[in-house]
Amino acid sequence: MPAAVFTLDDLKLILRTGAGTDEGVDLDGDILDTDFEALGYESLAMLETGSRIEREYDITLDEEALAEARTPRTLIAFVNEHLAAIEQRA
Amino acid sequence: MNDATTVVTGLGVAAPNGLGLEPYWSAALAGRGGIGPVTRFDASGYPARLAGEIDGFAAEDHLPSRLLPQTDRMTQLALVGADWALQDAGIVPAELPEYDMGVITASHSGGFEFGQNELRALWSKGGRYVSAYQSFAWFYAVNSGQVSIRNGMRGPSGVVVSDQAGGLDALAQARRQIRRGTPVVVSGAVDASICPWGWVAQWASGRISRGTDPTRAYLPFDDEAAGHVPGEGGALLVLEEAGHARERGACQVYAELAGHSATFDPRPGSGRGSALQRAVEQALADADAVPDEVDVVFADAAAVPGLDRAEAEAITKVFGPRGVPVTAPKTMTGRLYSGAAPLDVATACLSIRDGVIPPTVHSSLSGAYDLDLVVDTPRAATVGTALVLARGHGGFNSAVVVRVPRT
Repeated sequence: MPAAVFTLDDLKLILRTGAGTDEGVDLDGDILDTDFEALGYESLAMLETGSRIEREYDITLDEEALAEARTPRTLIAFVNEHLAAIEQRA
Repeated sequence: MNDATTVVTGLGVAAPNGLGLEPYWSAALAGRGGIGPVTRFDASGYPARLAGEIDGFAAEDHLPSRLLPQTDRMTQLALVGADWALQDAGIVPAELPEYDMGVITASHSGGFEFGQNELRALWSKGGRYVSAYQSFAWFYAVNSGQVSIRNGMRGPSGVVVSDQAGGLDALAQARRQIRRGTPVVVSGAVDASICPWGWVAQWASGRISRGTDPTRAYLPFDDEAAGHVPGEGGALLVLEEAGHARERGACQVYAELAGHSATFDPRPGSGRGSALQRAVEQALADADAVPDEVDVVFADAAAVPGLDRAEAEAITKVFGPRGVPVTAPKTMTGRLYSGAAPLDVATACLSIRDGVIPPTVHSSLSGAYDLDLVVDTPRAATVGTALVLARGHGGFNSAVVVRVPRT
């Protein structure tokens, strides 16, 4: 069971394995507030990313809310909200 | 629509006996084959155990990591083949107007290996384990789409699906688009479905060899012909309007794509024979060529007795008994489905360039066929015009004429 906190490193691992990395994009750079599209991830890549997060953390993410998370910072916060809600219920 | 001349200016080859144009060509001339036991999955429980596999292809050495999770092996090979063809043609796509370039490929089965993996994930783990990229990665048109996206080619694009004949039909469609005003079209095909799902689908055709000896399993025009060995790979070609190639100072013009015809066989049981001969005659007429001008025929070479007979008869009726050299270099690769005929066209271009016909290997010509089959060793010959034949399961026939451009 993964730790109930979703970090930038977790996201980067999922992006790399699920969608790969565009030439000329450095995921290890300062990307927290960079738009996913500028990082080379179009809607399908984000769909794949969302689905990988869902199965690794056993959560269900709302598709529309997921689509609105335009940067790593907002996506990480969005996922952590879900994880915290689960922890509270437990 | 005009009658603009279409020429071949770039070749990209991925074949079981050679990855890249010159490695393939030297293997073909040496009679060196790429057929061996299946290694991509455990085929020991299947009735067919040999394949023409491409060894040593590491997609990550050629393609950005962004493309790897979203592509089947056939697409990875096609993307690299297209890169090579463009390099060979001396074309940098970013330097041409994006609507001046199109992509038209053929596909036999789509991305079977990718599709099988996702179906396995669906049934063993559940829907959320299916890749989002399954939405297109399996699809017949995906090679055209990915080549188009990677190279920024926004002109006419599409896919032709008519089994092995599709490889020639795609080139013909590319020529149509060139005549309609798109000066550059990347065309051809790569198929690769050496996976259990692909294997059982191929087996259902009833045309696959049960042979286990790579030198005896695929024997077209031989008394012992008993089906073919499936292979993977093919070729991408840069087709170009002749004037466009001239004006940009293309590094080479391999050949003119001078003629094409596609016909469809009568329904089984009709009593009427194969329509292959008509395809040959119409392709020659389309090229404004007579049989005497043809210096070599690249045969479809089904290695199924009835189909071999039909092809031998068509060739003999048009060219006369032993009237033209016939060869089947695909005896070295196995049948590559849509990829086979574009590879034959690329091979014909090299025969024209180097004045040599690569051999048919392992087959001994049956006494039943009056063909001049080039066997075992290459034959030196001035090749000005070549005819390439391809047939698809279910009655598709296609013929293409390539030749030294008439000036």
